[in-house]
Order: sequence, then structure tokens, then C-alpha cells
Amino acid sequence: MATTSAALPQPARTRRVRRNMQPYLYLLPAFIVMGIITFYPLLFQVWMSFHDFGLKNFRTVNPVPAPFIGLDNYIRIAESQLQIPNFEFPRLVLFNIWWAFSNVVVHVVFGVLVAVVLNTKGLMFRGIYRALFILPVVIPSIIVATVWRNMFDPDAGAVNFLLQGIGGLVGIAADNPLFHLNWLRQSNDPIPFIPLPLAYFAMITANTWLGWPLNAVVATGALQSIPGDLYEAAEMDGASAWQKFRTVTIPFLRPAMLPYAIYGFVITFNLFFLPYFMTSGEPFGRTEILVTQAYRLAQERQLYGVAAAFSVYLFFLLLLITLITNRLAKATKSYAD
Amino acid sequence: MTTIATPRRMPFVSRAFARARGGDERRMPVGRQIVMQVICIFILLTVLFPIIWIFSMSIDPRNISRPDALNLIPQGASLQAYAKVLDHPTNNPISFLGLMANSLKIALASSVIAVAIGVTAAYAFSRLRFRGRESLMIAILGVLMLPSVAVIIPLYVFINQFKIDFAGLSFNLRASLVGVSLAVISGQLPFAIWNLKGYLDTIPKDLEEAAAVDGASQNQIFLRVVLPLAVPAVAVTAFLGFLGGWTEYLTAFMFIGGNPNDWTLSIALNSMVGGFARTTTWSEFAAFAILFALPVSVVFFFFQRYLVGGLAVGGVKG
Repeated sequence: MATTSAALPQPARTRRVRRNMQPYLYLLPAFIVMGIITFYPLLFQVWMSFHDFGLKNFRTVNPVPAPFIGLDNYIRIAESQLQIPNFEFPRLVLFNIWWAFSNVVVHVVFGVLVAVVLNTKGLMFRGIYRALFILPVVIPSIIVATVWRNMFDPDAGAVNFLLQGIGGLVGIAADNPLFHLNWLRQSNDPIPFIPLPLAYFAMITANTWLGWPLNAVVATGALQSIPGDLYEAAEMDGASAWQKFRTVTIPFLRPAMLPYAIYGFVITFNLFFLPYFMTSGEPFGRTEILVTQAYRLAQERQLYGVAAAFSVYLFFLLLLITLITNRLAKATKSYAD
Repeated sequence: MTTIATPRRMPFVSRAFARARGGDERRMPVGRQIVMQVICIFILLTVLFPIIWIFSMSIDPRNISRPDALNLIPQGASLQAYAKVLDHPTNNPISFLGLMANSLKIALASSVIAVAIGVTAAYAFSRLRFRGRESLMIAILGVLMLPSVAVIIPLYVFINQFKIDFAGLSFNLRASLVGVSLAVISGQLPFAIWNLKGYLDTIPKDLEEAAAVDGASQNQIFLRVVLPLAVPAVAVTAFLGFLGGWTEYLTAFMFIGGNPNDWTLSIALNSMVGGFARTTTWSEFAAFAILFALPVSVVFFFFQRYLVGGLAVGGVKG
């Protein structure tokens, strides 16, 4: 449109103004709501993080103003100087990153393998398997986590019963201590040179049960987009099954799986359910992750100011992770396309 | 899905058989087929193991506090654990239906409101050009990335100061289902906007352009053309939101944990495991978990084709 609004007659001009305003009218309801219940609290959180903010500062009867303490909350967190047991900030962050990373690797590998198996030509009952393998996804996570907590119970859990059953088949007595593992509480590490508690392995088992099916769905979609003649061409060149997988399947899977793996990393990094409902951070807070620790700081300890500083740390960690993964995605994109 | 090139005339039985065979022209050698079936059945068993376990526990009639072995169908299986949890799931007087009503209120209120105000914003982001579009979208994506814990702690402090006096009712906004619903909306709205925008982006613009040529206003285009086309995405987003509200724990426990009459299903469920649950028998826990999961899981299972896509791109927020 070449005519400026000034040159237009009056009614057209107001119509134009109204047209310019219209996008904002469509956005208004969402942004009013988000402004009040999302953006304002987030800013308020930053303010809280610089204050010694506790229950007495926001109780409904006679609240007192919170004293400004600068960066004290941040420093106390970084130096692990909080008045709560078993809190070590560097260990918490490292465990959180390792937890997310190890899960994603296991889920992607397992999901791709199952997708490849299900995609084999001529497999019988494929539809039934596809339908049933999705079951872990449809069950709400809180139920998955609480059920697995009971499954890993030392005396009455299904996992130990199952181990006893398998042990019975090969002639090991059911009272062997190997079949009475205290999965979620045992304090000494199962593998001597790896500083991960037994509860971590229980958690990754439960989370793999929960996490691989969606990876298989994504991988299946990618597998079906591979043109069949590529495999035929590879066969004609005398490629083995492994060579076909490496040179045809993997390059086609990568553009679909990588974004999903990155997304899975962020989701698992913030996965509240398993550490909270399954292990409650046991043993000695070693399976705690950042989000569960932040929740406990506020919910159980009423350290609202500290929890706010904790959330700010969490925000910057996530930002850093996003920047790194974006670079990763870009670096491999040129290869994939 | 492999394309099943079955002729229409083929009788049902042989068609089902063709499907079972995988429907491919190429057959698999029998030995390989057996190996593959063993692998698939093993995976199936690992998938089903916890589900079968919880089910057989729920029909255990012995009223013992802990199971003592793996029983597929316990002797004298009965539904008495279901009857018990329907009537009186926790030590508090509230019944299962009462808990369900509270969860339902949160789920319905939050998903309906988030989708209703999310869809207009999604439309603006998808179709309209305006100043600040990019940065507003980044703000929404940024909030979407944040775990809900990061928002609810300040939100808790913020809404604790509102005392509501309305129609003879007087309550603290924070300690009410309304407060929980607000917190849930805060988590769901960015997802609703983003998910709906993603869907709207895939709808071709031809229809809207045709409507614009016919002189339809922006509002008419939105209400009469775009909205009807977006119904599937609205339904999917609303269901995923409903699922989030139905199972919400963090805010519910933080905001109303002190008042058992407002408890939701998820708070009650967590009070039935671990250290809180010395008096709860596991068959009751199992029956409760099944009653809690069943309504949403059945819907999810039958509509998974439409839902898994949305879930794979960001439906769950921890």
C-alpha cells in the first residue's frame, strides 16, 4: 500500500488504525493473564532472591518487611552453606546433568532399536505391539512414580520378588541378600568406582520404562520416511545389515531424533516426578535434582528467599543448556540436510 | 504404518491374517520371525509387568498391608479394595468422589481457560503481522522452558495476600482451588499458545484469503474460518491441559495441602505411599491408582494417534 494514512479519508484512517491495533487485541487476554500470574511472579522472584524472605514476610496477619541481603542467598547456595542436611550444590548440579544425559542416551538407543525391530518387513502382530508399547505413556507420571516406588520396596516390592523367582530357576535360594536389595535407600554404591547410588539405577530403570516408547514413535516416523530403494541400492552394492544401518538408517534418523533428544534432555533435567515421589532424594539427598530441591526449600523449609535464588540459578543453567544444545543442533544440521 | 495393499473385496478373515503377517509382500524366514517375536514378547512383558502387578495387587482380598509374592490372580480375588477406596481412601473424611470433584474442577477450569485465551493469541502469532511479534514469542517460549517449580514459589507468595470476600464466602485465594487453578493456568497457557500456533501454521491460508476477498473482517475470518478448522488441535490441547490439571501435584500440595477437604486425587495418592502410609494396605493404593489413571488413560489410549504428536513436542511439563 503506497498511500500514507494521512492521505486517506477519515473513515479509512480509523479503519487502518483499528487494523493495526487488532493483533494486540487478540493477544491482550493471554498477556493480561500471563502478566499477572507468570511474568510478574518471575520478576518478584528476582526481588525475593535478594532478600531474607521467609514466612513472616508474607503472612496475612501483620507481615514484616523483608531485609535486603544482597547476594547472600546466592553465595550461601554456591558454597553449600544452607541449614539443610546433605546439601552440596556442585554435586547436585553434576548429578542433575548426568541424570538427564544418561537417561536421554538410554531412551534414544532403546527407542531406535525397538523402532527398527518393529519396522522389519514381514513381522507378525506388528499392530498389536505398536498399540501396547505405548501404554507407559498414557499413564499419568505421578502414578508411574508412586507405583515404581512400591515396586522397588525391599521386602514387598515386585522387583525383588521377580529376582527371587529368576534366582529360583537357576537354583539360588530366595533368601540370598542379592534378592533383598534396599533399592531406594542403600547408602553404599553398588559399583565401587562410580559414585552413583543404587537408587539412581532404580530411577533410570523406571524412567526408561516410561521414556523409550515416545522415542520409538519419533524414530518410527523417521524410519518410514526412508525411501526403500536406498536399501535396495545398498544391498546391490553388497552392504551388510550393519552397514545398511550405519550408512542409510542413522543419517535419516538423525534430523528427527536430535531435536527430540534435546527436548528430552530438558524435560528429564526438570523431571520432578521420579526424584520426588520415587526416591524422595534418598539416600542422603543424592538423587535430588534442582527442581525437587527448590520445591523442598520452599515447601518443607519455608526458605522462600533461598528458593527464589535457587530458581534464578536454575534459569541460567537452563539458558546455558539451551544455548549449547542450539549450537549442537546447528553444527549437525548442515550434515543432516 | 506400512501401507497394507489389501484389495477391498478380500474377506475380513484373510485380511486380518494379512495384517497379522505384517501385510508385506516379502516374507520373513521362519527362524528370524521366531527370534523377532521372542524379542517383541520380552519387551511387551517388561511394559506390562508393572501394570499387571498393580492390577493383581488391587484385587487381592486378604487385606494384608504388603504383598508377599507375585500373584497374577490372587485366590478369592475381590473388589473390596475398590469399595474401600471409593468410600474412604485416606484417613480424612473425604471420599473418592470428593477428591475427584476437586481434581475435576482444577482440570476443567484450567484447560478451558488456557485454551480459550490461548487460541486467540496463537492466531495472532500465526497469522497477523505486528511490531514486537518475535520478542513476545520468545518470551512465551522462555516461560515454556521454565519448570513449573520456578513460577509457583513466587506465585504462592504473591497470591497469598489476596483475601476474597465474595457472595458470603470468605477465603484466602492461595488456599483455595481457585488459586491452584490459577497456578495451573500459568503453566499451561504458554504451552497452549505454542501448540495451537504450531497447528495453525500448518493450515493453508487459501480459505482465509478467499474469505478476505469476499469482504470478511478479521474477526469473521477467525471465528468462521480458522476456528472450525482448528477444532482438532483445540481438543488435543484441551485434553493435554486437562491431563495436567487432573494429575497436578506441586501446586495443589503447596497451596492446599493443609486442608484435606480440598485435597485432590494426586495429593491423596502420595499420602498412600512410603512413610505416610503405614496404615494403607497396598491393595488399596493399587485400587486407588487404577481408579485415578483409568479415565484419562483410556481416553489417551484410544486417541493416542492425535495426542502423542502433541506430547512429543512438549505436552509434559515437570
